[in-house]
Amino acid sequence: MAVPRNYLPATEQEVREMLDAIGARSVDDLFSDIPEALKLKKRLDLPEALSEPELMAELEKMASMNRTDAVCFAGGGIYDHYIPAVVDHMLSRGEFYTAYTPYQPEVSQGTLTAIFQYQTMICELTGMDQANASMYDAATASAEASIMCAAQTGRKKIVVTRATNPRYRDVIRTYAGPRGFELVEVPFDPKTGQTDITALSEAAKGAACVIAQNPNYLGVIEDMHAMADAAHSDGGFFVAAVNPVSLAVLEAPRNYGADIAVGEGQSMGNGMSFGGPLLGFMATTSQLIRRMPGRLVGQTLDNRGQRAFVLTLQTREQHIRRENATSNICSNQALCALAATIYLSVLGPKGLRKVAEASMQKAHYLAKALSERTPFRLKFAGPFFNEFVIEGKGCSRKLRERLLEHGILGGIPLSGAYPELKGNSLWAVTELRTKEQMDRLVSLMEVEVE
Amino acid sequence: MKKLMPLLFEMSSPGRTGFSLPETDVPVQPVESMVPDSMIRKEAPALPELSEVDVVRHFVNLSLLNHGVDTGFYPLGSCTMKYNPKVNEDAARLAGFARLHPEMPESGSQGALKVLHDLDMWLSELCGMDRFTLQPVAGAHGELTGLFIIRAYHFKRGDCARDKVLAPDSSHGTNPASAAAAGMTVVQVASDSRGNVDIEDLKSKVGPDTAGLMLTNPNTLGLFDEHICEITDIVHKAGGLVYYDGANANAIMGKSRPGDMGFDVVHLNLHKTMSTPHGGGGPGAGPVGVKKHLEPFLPKPLVAFCDGKYVWDSDRPDSIGHIHSYNGNFGVLVRAWAYMRSMGPDGLKAASELAVLNANYIMHALKDDFTLAYDRTCKHEFVLSGAKQKKESGVRTLDMAKRLLDYGIHAPTVYFPLIVDEAIMIEPTETESKQTLDTFIDAMKTIAKEARENPDNLRSAPHNTPVGRLDETLAARKPVLRWTKEDNA
Repeated sequence: MAVPRNYLPATEQEVREMLDAIGARSVDDLFSDIPEALKLKKRLDLPEALSEPELMAELEKMASMNRTDAVCFAGGGIYDHYIPAVVDHMLSRGEFYTAYTPYQPEVSQGTLTAIFQYQTMICELTGMDQANASMYDAATASAEASIMCAAQTGRKKIVVTRATNPRYRDVIRTYAGPRGFELVEVPFDPKTGQTDITALSEAAKGAACVIAQNPNYLGVIEDMHAMADAAHSDGGFFVAAVNPVSLAVLEAPRNYGADIAVGEGQSMGNGMSFGGPLLGFMATTSQLIRRMPGRLVGQTLDNRGQRAFVLTLQTREQHIRRENATSNICSNQALCALAATIYLSVLGPKGLRKVAEASMQKAHYLAKALSERTPFRLKFAGPFFNEFVIEGKGCSRKLRERLLEHGILGGIPLSGAYPELKGNSLWAVTELRTKEQMDRLVSLMEVEVE
Repeated sequence: MKKLMPLLFEMSSPGRTGFSLPETDVPVQPVESMVPDSMIRKEAPALPELSEVDVVRHFVNLSLLNHGVDTGFYPLGSCTMKYNPKVNEDAARLAGFARLHPEMPESGSQGALKVLHDLDMWLSELCGMDRFTLQPVAGAHGELTGLFIIRAYHFKRGDCARDKVLAPDSSHGTNPASAAAAGMTVVQVASDSRGNVDIEDLKSKVGPDTAGLMLTNPNTLGLFDEHICEITDIVHKAGGLVYYDGANANAIMGKSRPGDMGFDVVHLNLHKTMSTPHGGGGPGAGPVGVKKHLEPFLPKPLVAFCDGKYVWDSDRPDSIGHIHSYNGNFGVLVRAWAYMRSMGPDGLKAASELAVLNANYIMHALKDDFTLAYDRTCKHEFVLSGAKQKKESGVRTLDMAKRLLDYGIHAPTVYFPLIVDEAIMIEPTETESKQTLDTFIDAMKTIAKEARENPDNLRSAPHNTPVGRLDETLAARKPVLRWTKEDNA
């Protein structure tokens, strides 16, 4: 097979000229430093190269095997919100997406200015003092928050509510073990779905921090004021893991006393993309800023007296501090942060409020319709935002498979992450769902599945 | 204060919006009836209010202030800034991938699971490993995952005292930072006069406390370690494992494989080697491959192929657990899949060969104008030193790097690796033509001349960029990390 040349500009003639200039006989000469025994003698056993039309046909075939035609009622941290066309048009500017990390600020003001505005928007949403330039996802941002709190307090006990997204808890656990952290889970009230504040107060004794999600994974809105007070009662910090869209309606983390706010920014202008790339955001108080992991963009002046932006406080980071860095993070999710910035720019405060309210109103409509017109019941009595748990016979994988046949992606079964919630599933509604879609879902669920 | 451009917040006009939604088609209840008063937001976030055209002009004009691979040469050492093929962008944007919810059951996500399974197999073949996880979303995330795996392996064998990670003095900053994040301490190993790991120093530092060694090969000097087999052997005999930092894998595709060199764990940076874009800092992807004996410890779940179907394999009791919410940066993985399919086995090998040829061509052309740190055939990158210029005219590497920006060329990586004085690390990649390389060589020679004849012009560079040199001290001393009206009056 001929070598595909579309991304390899060197012609045979030029290869010859370059070898002559170097004084090498062949390209293989340039690999003579590899010990003979380590030179790969065989041809790599990989599929043969495809031309561009063949490649696209193959990709389209694979993409069509994914049921994105199904109407989405799954959430659990990843939501099917509308992404305005302008977002992807701006992201597709090669100057943005083919750039490296902005270590040369003189030729990176585009990226730096965008991130500075992103940091400002995250501060506005959360009410916190300062935000970083992004983390991998909400799960790793939560894990990094626990590390910050442990470093600041010198304590190793991390408290996390059981109603926090099980995927975040899994990642916190993975990160915590090797550092010798003790992880304590606080249960939720089986009636309301809200975290047990008495148990939380007890657990918070001697803890570096309490991590709590709001709305929690079960969709329920927590009493974050009470939780923050409990977290602080013995000198620990309070970490709020929040859905940014909900912050158009729900109280900002700083206003109930959060010391760190983290969350999943996918819902702001980023596709669901089978769970990645996601956008972890993190914001904190001025007190903790030098403990914050990741990149920070700051405002300064250039030698012409112009306002300009630059990566700053880099002495926290791995490329300067090596083993003493606050984290090992280097690459982040910059382009996803740019998407969120563009998204919030076109929505503005009113647009975001509309998205949040529409999602909430529609979720309440569906919850009511399901509990009134089908054999399924709303599991928890606590208030909810755009997601809720239902309980009922057949609330299982089987129901999901049946709904998928009818073009609907149903709620997430909870028995895996919560054995105590066997027979329950978690349903999400965004502004994109219509009454017609929801009524159709309800009529399909009126018939109980075995 | 002069402002290059107004920020979104400065353009905002109350009442504007760039967004529309249909009227709500369900009965509307007051928010107060759904949310307890204490949890209702009282003050809206002060986001800017703009129309769509405001937003478009702002971001298009911002983009014009950036240098990207699409605008010009990017010889940034250790970062592999190769061209990012456009068809890969289209691939990731296909609705069947871009709009897929990660909680879609297996029956509705066979195409996506195939992407993960294929990459697991292909990357294993490319690296000579047995199994790959696609969960890590960045190189450093891969390092952390690999070290968690190494730790879990030792613990499983009851060998719990191994908490030292060896890393050469030329290593990336993420190596020691990742080791610290994995609860281990770093022991630095010296390099010898040819840029290899100093074998005697290594021998004196391995022992019963050695968890493993982290190594890039070719290393950050762009040199293939001539004693690699001896190195992996020394570490293995001491009971440690050897970790391959794949940052420089673009030099050896189809030529040599870390698995065959004796490495137990490997991570690759798909945003380097597999042509996925850097995105201004991310998202990347840092998949981790292991040999058979470490497979049980990989993050869960993996994708298996059983009875003609792709399925999640979550029943992995010895797994280190999850390291990401879902399946890593799936959209990046789709791009890498498309790249590997476009290149095939011969294309990938040719890419590495040409990357190495391009680097040697530039090195040869510039070695008399600057100081060559190690005069050996290099792999995909090499390191010059600006020590001569500093001594002769007081011009620093930083000044020369900044001057290069005036030529429409991105600066190389500078002051790294730390073991080379006034380091200038150059990696051209295979996707650059001879004309581009010649233009770069000319620019570097002109700068070397200018260092002798007009050093002040370098010290005040860049001159043709949207902004001049920044006051970084001011930024760090009085951190302004968000926009406020008062700071920008």
